[in-house]
Amino acid sequence: MYKIAVLGDRDSIYGFAALGLEVFPVPSGEEGARTLRRLSEQDYAVVYVTEALAAEMPAELERCRESLMPAVIPIPGVHGNTGMGIDMVKRSVEQAVGSDIIFNGN
Amino acid sequence: MELTRLKKKLTTATRGHKLLKDKRDELMRQFLEKVRENKSLREHVEKGIEAANKNFLLARAGMQDQVLNTAMLAPKQRVSVEAGMENVMSVEIPTFDFKTRTPDQNDIFSYGFAFTSSDLDGAVKSLADVFPDMLKLAEIEKSCQLMAVEIEKTRRRVNALEHVMIPELQANIKYISMKLDENERSTQIRLMKVKDMVLKDAHNYETF
Repeated sequence: MYKIAVLGDRDSIYGFAALGLEVFPVPSGEEGARTLRRLSEQDYAVVYVTEALAAEMPAELERCRESLMPAVIPIPGVHGNTGMGIDMVKRSVEQAVGSDIIFNGN
Repeated sequence: MELTRLKKKLTTATRGHKLLKDKRDELMRQFLEKVRENKSLREHVEKGIEAANKNFLLARAGMQDQVLNTAMLAPKQRVSVEAGMENVMSVEIPTFDFKTRTPDQNDIFSYGFAFTSSDLDGAVKSLADVFPDMLKLAEIEKSCQLMAVEIEKTRRRVNALEHVMIPELQANIKYISMKLDENERSTQIRLMKVKDMVLKDAHNYETF
């Protein structure tokens, strides 16, 4: 049985606690990277990370990319949508196809 | 000996190349399908979360911080995920199925309604509504990432076979068979020459 975690600044994620997800408020990218590393060694199937935080720890995200668990998914925080989530999808397309044929550069 | 070995290797390589090419094409087809779904789902989820965030912002504006903290302190509901595995063209992709601890929909409200603003209820509800889609997004996005990695690998293999291994094998086979042909010809000529000499010695017989 796996769990779901939400990582980010407190204001963006406290709502998820009501749904029954486990929230881990982290103040900085370093702290976030440490927490994510710890979570990836435990029974977490999905880790949602706010885009702002995800931008601060690209190395950790890259590490989780090729492993089956956990799935690290960027979500927009209270400060708005930075477009990072879509960028990650774009990256996948570029990696697989060689050029971006889905989004056509916009 | 080496020639038969190389020939065998070449047939294996061409067959492998064909198979890998098919695998790549099929993976690509499924990947593109998934990625399109991923894109629309992500847009949908991002919109949903943004709306929920707006509601939360409003809720927080209308309430004291401590009250809000207390309200969220002890969640009633708990979500756990059943993770399965699906095999798509030898790529293991995850499937998630979530279960809530209690079946009651209203257990997402972990607080008494007396001291919290109604905005908070709306906010929590709007977040709960996007949650199933969020989980679906997680599943699809992870599949896309894993498939992208696999496609890249397969493409490299196909290219290595097509542009390096197969031409190299063909060149080697050609070299060896040329060499063997040349040997055979020279042996034949030598035999003819010897025959001539033997005939000449035995019967004083000349051939021209």
